[in-house]
Amino acid sequence: MSMSPIGEVDLVAYVDGRLPAGRQAEVAAWLEAHPEAARRVEADRRHRAAIRAAFSEVDDEPVPVALDLRALAGGRVRPEGWRRTGIAAGLAAALLVGGTGGWVLRGPGETPVQAGIDALSREATASFTVYAADTARPVEIGGADRAGLDRWLSQRLGSSMRAPDLAAAGYRLLGGRLVATAHGAAGLYLYENDRGERIGLLTRPMRIERTARMRGFEDAGVAGFSWAERGFGYSMVGGANVEALHPIANEARRQLTDGPVT
Amino acid sequence: MILIVEPMIPALRRYARALLRDAPAADDLVQDCLERAVAHWHRRRADGSPRAWLFAILHNLAMSRLRAGSRRCGHVDLEDADPAAVSIAPAQESPRHRRDILAALDRLPEDQRQTLLLITLEEMSYADAARILDVPIGTVMSRLSRARTRLRAILDDEGEGRPRLRRVK
Repeated sequence: MSMSPIGEVDLVAYVDGRLPAGRQAEVAAWLEAHPEAARRVEADRRHRAAIRAAFSEVDDEPVPVALDLRALAGGRVRPEGWRRTGIAAGLAAALLVGGTGGWVLRGPGETPVQAGIDALSREATASFTVYAADTARPVEIGGADRAGLDRWLSQRLGSSMRAPDLAAAGYRLLGGRLVATAHGAAGLYLYENDRGERIGLLTRPMRIERTARMRGFEDAGVAGFSWAERGFGYSMVGGANVEALHPIANEARRQLTDGPVT
Repeated sequence: MILIVEPMIPALRRYARALLRDAPAADDLVQDCLERAVAHWHRRRADGSPRAWLFAILHNLAMSRLRAGSRRCGHVDLEDADPAAVSIAPAQESPRHRRDILAALDRLPEDQRQTLLLITLEEMSYADAARILDVPIGTVMSRLSRARTRLRAILDDEGEGRPRLRRVK
């Protein structure tokens, strides 16, 4: 016979029924001559069936409401769990603050492909996507220490930073963190409402478009509004709902304009 | 997106539950996974299988959760475990059989258990399993082989009617 020797890999795939038909038959024939191996394969197949049966009940269960994809896609997510972990993470993170090294605001002479407000919008989308979805540690400093957070970001961004108060819109400050962008460090404030929906405000110094009117954008399930004023860019982002976000962005801009940002 | 992902939710729940062996924790994990899938849908590779992509997300979440110290509940004595998690499968399997196989799975090293579950329970192709676990296919095959050898040692050498499985460490 010109058949290639039966190896362990063949036996594994045989148990799973994944061999090409011809090879499957060769292995079956080989097993007839090797009762010890046949006994093992037989046991493996039994165990395989048992494992599948052991978890088969999940298939018959209705999918829980919390896993309703339409609701998740609409941004209506988990009310309590998030808040709790957010606060805990904020407290834990607050303990870690202190030892931070030096940083460079901008690389020397780089020429960004995308610049100005559009770059800012993209950076805000990226940071928001990563951190707002984080259940364990969305922020580095929690909203309870607003003053400490503002102080820290002011120091790192080289200008007086102040988290807007969005309570009137139903959003409380979850906290904030420093994030890296292609244009240097940026501050990200995260807010959350009672339904667990989060929005973010990213801010960093601008080299071009140092003053710009507010522009809306929508990208990959994230909606946002970006603008720049007196050398600082701001981008407010949230999950999908542009209409709801617009007045909040306006309110944030109003507070930031009236505030001591220089 | 919804049309593609929604039909896979039962399988995601099944794998999460098999890994964590705690129904509420498993569903929590699936929820995290779905949220990520929604947020990152546009970033998956167009040529890859969405199913493997989803399972990879779920798998990574499960691994960080297991590493974070909340060990899977499979290591709780089965008598104390959440009844929903060890509820009796309908028909074919006797309760004893089911308990035996669950306990045996718990005694596998983590990497072998994951591999075996992906292939056996979820019918992943060897290539997709390799992608999800981020190992070469050869490693998938050798883990499978070792997992099965070990299951045989645990289940079969101990005789049909006399499983030595009280001691779930």
